[in-house]
Amino acid sequence: MADADNDAAPTVQEPLDLVRLSLDEIVFVKLRGDRELKGRLHAYDSHCNLVLGDVEETIYTYDEDEEEEQQDVRIMKKQSEMLFVRGDSVVLISPQPSS
Amino acid sequence: MENGAADAKDPSGFLSEILGAPVTVKLNSGVVYKGELQSVDGYMNIALEDTKEYVDGKLRRNYGDAFVRGNNGNIPISSSL
Repeated sequence: MADADNDAAPTVQEPLDLVRLSLDEIVFVKLRGDRELKGRLHAYDSHCNLVLGDVEETIYTYDEDEEEEQQDVRIMKKQSEMLFVRGDSVVLISPQPSS
Repeated sequence: MENGAADAKDPSGFLSEILGAPVTVKLNSGVVYKGELQSVDGYMNIALEDTKEYVDGKLRRNYGDAFVRGNNGNIPISSSL
């Protein structure tokens, strides 16, 4: 049987291959609404629905003072054991060196 | 692949012709990604290599590889042209 993905060079044929190569690895996910996730990618599908384990969610809240022209960024962190992410909120997925 | 003239007539054909080129991808949110175009699919999901993220023109972050989901209003611009 000829493997669709050749073992010699695991090239990225389509963008989702990049996500496939990140399975069981730590990924960084950027979501709509100034949210970011970092966790282990357990599963994904073509909608970018994701299942992440050991997740750290970072939420950025901007308190804009238009008079003073300064932006206060508040950072909130949440830990989750397991998280399902609906694909439509995903902006970017990037494999991360585990740190 | 070889019949380039026919491929280049539709947008996705053009994008598949510039694979490997340095591109700028602009999202509706205003965030800009610059990197090497690895691959594109029919949803305009994009895989970039050696990616730099710019917010308000300022460098925010670097990604080795990045998958940008389509439907975020991606506008890929080939910066090699």
